[in-house]
Amino acid sequence: MGYNMIVLVKQVPDTHNVTGDAMKEDGTVNRAALPAIFNPEDLNALEEALKIKETHGGKITVLTMGPPNAAQVLRDSLFRGADDVVLISDRLFAGADTLATSYVLAKAIEKIGEFDIVLCGRQAIDGDTAQVGPQTAEKLKVNQISCVDKIIELSGKSITAERSIEGGYEQIKSPLPILLTITNEANTPRPPSAKKMLAYKHAMTLQEKENYDDEYLNSYEIDDSHVVIKLWGHEDINADKEQCGLAGSPTKVKQIESVILGAAEVKHIEPTKDGLTGLVSELMSEHIIG
Amino acid sequence: MSNNEVWVYVEQNAGKIADVSLELLGKGSELAAKLGVKTGAVIIGDKVQDLAKTLFEYGAEKVYVAEDTEFKNFRSLPYADTVVKMIQEYKPQIVLYGATTTGRDLAPRIASELRVGLTADCTDLQIGDYTKKGKDGEKNYKNILYQIRPAFGGNIIATIVSPDHRPQMATVREGVMKAREPKKGAKGEVITFAPSVDKKHLVSQILKRIQEEKSVDLKAASIIVSGGMGVGSKDSFKLIHELAHVLGGEVGGSRAAVDAGFIGHDHQVGQTGTTVRPKLYIAVGISGQIQHMAGMSESSRIIAINNDPNAPIFQIAHYGIVGDLNEVIPMMIETYKSLKK
Repeated sequence: MGYNMIVLVKQVPDTHNVTGDAMKEDGTVNRAALPAIFNPEDLNALEEALKIKETHGGKITVLTMGPPNAAQVLRDSLFRGADDVVLISDRLFAGADTLATSYVLAKAIEKIGEFDIVLCGRQAIDGDTAQVGPQTAEKLKVNQISCVDKIIELSGKSITAERSIEGGYEQIKSPLPILLTITNEANTPRPPSAKKMLAYKHAMTLQEKENYDDEYLNSYEIDDSHVVIKLWGHEDINADKEQCGLAGSPTKVKQIESVILGAAEVKHIEPTKDGLTGLVSELMSEHIIG
Repeated sequence: MSNNEVWVYVEQNAGKIADVSLELLGKGSELAAKLGVKTGAVIIGDKVQDLAKTLFEYGAEKVYVAEDTEFKNFRSLPYADTVVKMIQEYKPQIVLYGATTTGRDLAPRIASELRVGLTADCTDLQIGDYTKKGKDGEKNYKNILYQIRPAFGGNIIATIVSPDHRPQMATVREGVMKAREPKKGAKGEVITFAPSVDKKHLVSQILKRIQEEKSVDLKAASIIVSGGMGVGSKDSFKLIHELAHVLGGEVGGSRAAVDAGFIGHDHQVGQTGTTVRPKLYIAVGISGQIQHMAGMSESSRIIAINNDPNAPIFQIAHYGIVGDLNEVIPMMIETYKSLKK
């Protein structure tokens, strides 16, 4: 039979390398200032879908909402084994908070139609909110299991998964369809396949193809058969403009402050026996250590 | 009818109230006092009404109780549905949730259904005014909830507001807020909410639930020795354990160290881990991402050990040691042992 799976992924700025000028004045992220990567736990979600497909068969559609260059994570998804990929991109989607994001994702999923399992990473490293998964599940009116570490059983129209909770785990059984958010404990994502990288090297959206000049397209023999990344705007998914992007976001950024650090004057201690003896005796005399 | 209250969603597990919920009642009653409204606690479960007594002691003036045998364990759909109905009935202006695995599963689902804003992992909550500048000029809002959180890897602190939607909702990690001293014998009003539990929300079956007390209680530790990526390996992390053991402290870790597998999740200090305020915090090989510093900067004394003299951690440290941790820590252990004699 096989399962119809939809994987939600996000291209994120690599927050491990944030510099001071990475924010725009309106409080949104200046993505251009940072390297963009595949959100790590979304790779775990894709891997989980690939494992299900290997065991049970089925189809994997990867969706992302983002600017035109988010097509990169979709190429990467094709390299790893996705069957179909869709970039949901529109100026109207800019500035979306988690609610407006989940609205657009749910509308795109509705356009795809029938599905058994929606998978996404537990959270994205740029915001760490872990909200888009459960919110998308609510918009689709399906059940959810968040923080999934392991899929224990999948058979017929029923799934059992282990979800991590504080100090332990719980095993939940639910009928399909369902949305799962996957943690980095679930698996180790496979690397891109060399064969697929060759096949999909020039996978692109129609917009990307139109932006290349003929010389480039001719030199790589790129034609319409390379336009395998679908591009959907708000009209394609029948989205209400008022619920998209900044307009559809209840939360507003009031203010952004750079963090000013420096509580106390730092006292420099030499990394020597004398230096440490001074420090340790000071702390002992103040009864900070016993 | 809108009662405009400040609500705290109270998480309980087998009759035990989560610490974070009691902490939030402290903050919630502060906010309610500023707004001149009451503090409400919402509790869902099977036979949980007796817990109301404790909630009054920690700051609730009203306790809204929804009981049903189907509510024995947390499940996303019936719990979310019940909270949504309670919010629709009583219309609080603010609802706060603990950012636990339960709160992070439940709150977004509720926010989506009510189409209201939700801000995750706030490190501070305040009441203030807001001016929205739009196409049609300015609009002023009084007494809005400021939802303050480090954003974007943490180099900035963002103040988020949801001016046009009610309730305003936020999640907060355990340890960020301080519970107030319980007032013995405090009384309040119990409101029972009789939910109609829809069968279609009962599709999740919990087959098994294993939960152990946390292996470490960082919040209660007076000394914490934490390691970061700079420690280099799980093997070198032994030095961190050794120093903590000698000083009688607990072991903490930065998020990077946890992600790298040097130390378990329970030990994570920071905005997305535990917020701590020990007497002494020793940060070893931790460069000082804001999300980490948000969770330890209120420690009474901070010692930073790092081989990079420009590491941001030195800006909040009281004592800075620039050096190789593999040399500094053994020397520190030896010094302590000899002075202790």
